[in-house]
Amino acid sequence: MNKPIYLDNHATTPVDPRVLEAMLPYFREKFGNAASRSHCYGWEAEQAVERARGQIAELIGASPKEIIFTSGATESDNLAIKGVAEMYAERGDHIITVATEHKAVLDACKRLEKQGRRVTYLPVDREGLIDPDQLRRAINDRTILISVMWANNEIGVLQPIREIGRMARERGVLFHTDATQAVGKVPVNVEEDCVDLMSLSAHKMYGPKGVGALYVRRKNPRVQLAAQMDGGGHERGMRSGTLNVPGIVGFGEACAICAREMAEEARRLGALRDRLKDRLLAELDEVYVNGSLAHRLPNNLNMSLAYVEGESLMMAMKDVAVSSGSACTSATLEPSYVLKALGVSDDLAHTSIRFGLGRFNTAEEIEYAAGRVIESVRRLRELSPLYEMAKEGVDLKKVAWRRE
Amino acid sequence: MYSDKVLDHYANPRNVGSLDKSDPSVGTGMVGAPECGDVMKLQIKVDEQQGVIVDAKFKTFGCGSAIASSSLATEWLKGRTLDEALSIRNTDIVNELSLPPVKIHCSVLAEDAIKAAIEDYRRKRAAREDGKG
Repeated sequence: MNKPIYLDNHATTPVDPRVLEAMLPYFREKFGNAASRSHCYGWEAEQAVERARGQIAELIGASPKEIIFTSGATESDNLAIKGVAEMYAERGDHIITVATEHKAVLDACKRLEKQGRRVTYLPVDREGLIDPDQLRRAINDRTILISVMWANNEIGVLQPIREIGRMARERGVLFHTDATQAVGKVPVNVEEDCVDLMSLSAHKMYGPKGVGALYVRRKNPRVQLAAQMDGGGHERGMRSGTLNVPGIVGFGEACAICAREMAEEARRLGALRDRLKDRLLAELDEVYVNGSLAHRLPNNLNMSLAYVEGESLMMAMKDVAVSSGSACTSATLEPSYVLKALGVSDDLAHTSIRFGLGRFNTAEEIEYAAGRVIESVRRLRELSPLYEMAKEGVDLKKVAWRRE
Repeated sequence: MYSDKVLDHYANPRNVGSLDKSDPSVGTGMVGAPECGDVMKLQIKVDEQQGVIVDAKFKTFGCGSAIASSSLATEWLKGRTLDEALSIRNTDIVNELSLPPVKIHCSVLAEDAIKAAIEDYRRKRAAREDGKG
């Protein structure tokens, strides 16, 4: 059986063959520990790590010393938020974040709340965007950190990072952004955007899983962090643990490729995404795009296909790999909290599908996937009592439903 | 994650469609809610003389196992008396389709839909008899 067309690139991306090539020697002959100072095995590993650090820094406009390697963005988010909360406890105890953040940010904040810190969760509008004025009003003299993601993992919406960064800088508050979905897809520059801390992950940008980084600003201001892992004092004492040298080499190579190809790739994927969106909108009735189209990753599309439950749609188009905000795909049986924050009603959240396009998708694949979505939605609507009622003119909001 | 039987019912659902709601020999059950992600409509047509279900149809908004549970229910209903139909338990559906624990609520919904359809039919019939005086 042919494998399904992969349109779930926000979950993870395949490793680019060029990245894998760069990594292989570091599993084989160049296996040294980058912390070994007494022989050439260690030196060549360290050299490779420093080269990667430079490639990553280059992509985000940082200096290499500001890159701290971690196991991935979840760890980076935890280190940034808990590390700042602990280090700056004297200065304040208030953190501002957003309702649509990734769980790595939200749950780190919730843990801090349990420990007595105060957290403000900013709402978003129907487009998925925060209101900068609301953020400005939320800052007080006990605020130590603002954490706002660059691009959302479900709806691809891009927050006004530069505006937030400048506001944070003006008010003397540190600014962390989870840029996992943004780096390598849209231009990111920590200087121009006034970012103090930034989480990155290799496997969302055609690098390997299990490696990420935290950008930690070294001057204007110099950010300090309380380490969350005790050990050998690697990574300027901020993150102990032997470095994942092959992973880091791959991460570096992945960044170098993105730096060269990002602009062209964004144009190509944006056009394919628009083609997919336009076909679904033209050939199906009652389908809705979730989140802003103007402020959005070029490779993301999130749509609610009314009257068709997300999981059953994914079952119908087994040859297309996507994901859904439907409850049936989650352990909690709750539909997506991100869509809920946008004010998308639960019934439409259950019908949402996330398409994440990537480097290796072709125009033919997108045409095929669009066709499969359209024919599957039509078939399932024939099975849907809701579609039948809607066509009969019944207002579904006014029906007295018999819940379990 | 799904058994072959679920996949079969999902790919080839039996008895999809609608019966005329206003037909006195038809009972309609609709359970679930759109915001919960599951709505099942199940209809039966009853031979009034014999008290036997002669036809059953469904339409379901929901995941694959919700669709399979209702499809299976319509298969089982045909040819049964109303009392026999009422004896169908959600656990029978779980066993037949080998539903995983997270999908048990789909079978509960199917049992509720059967009961609601029979209830609706009996209510319509009782109302008619009252009307006759």
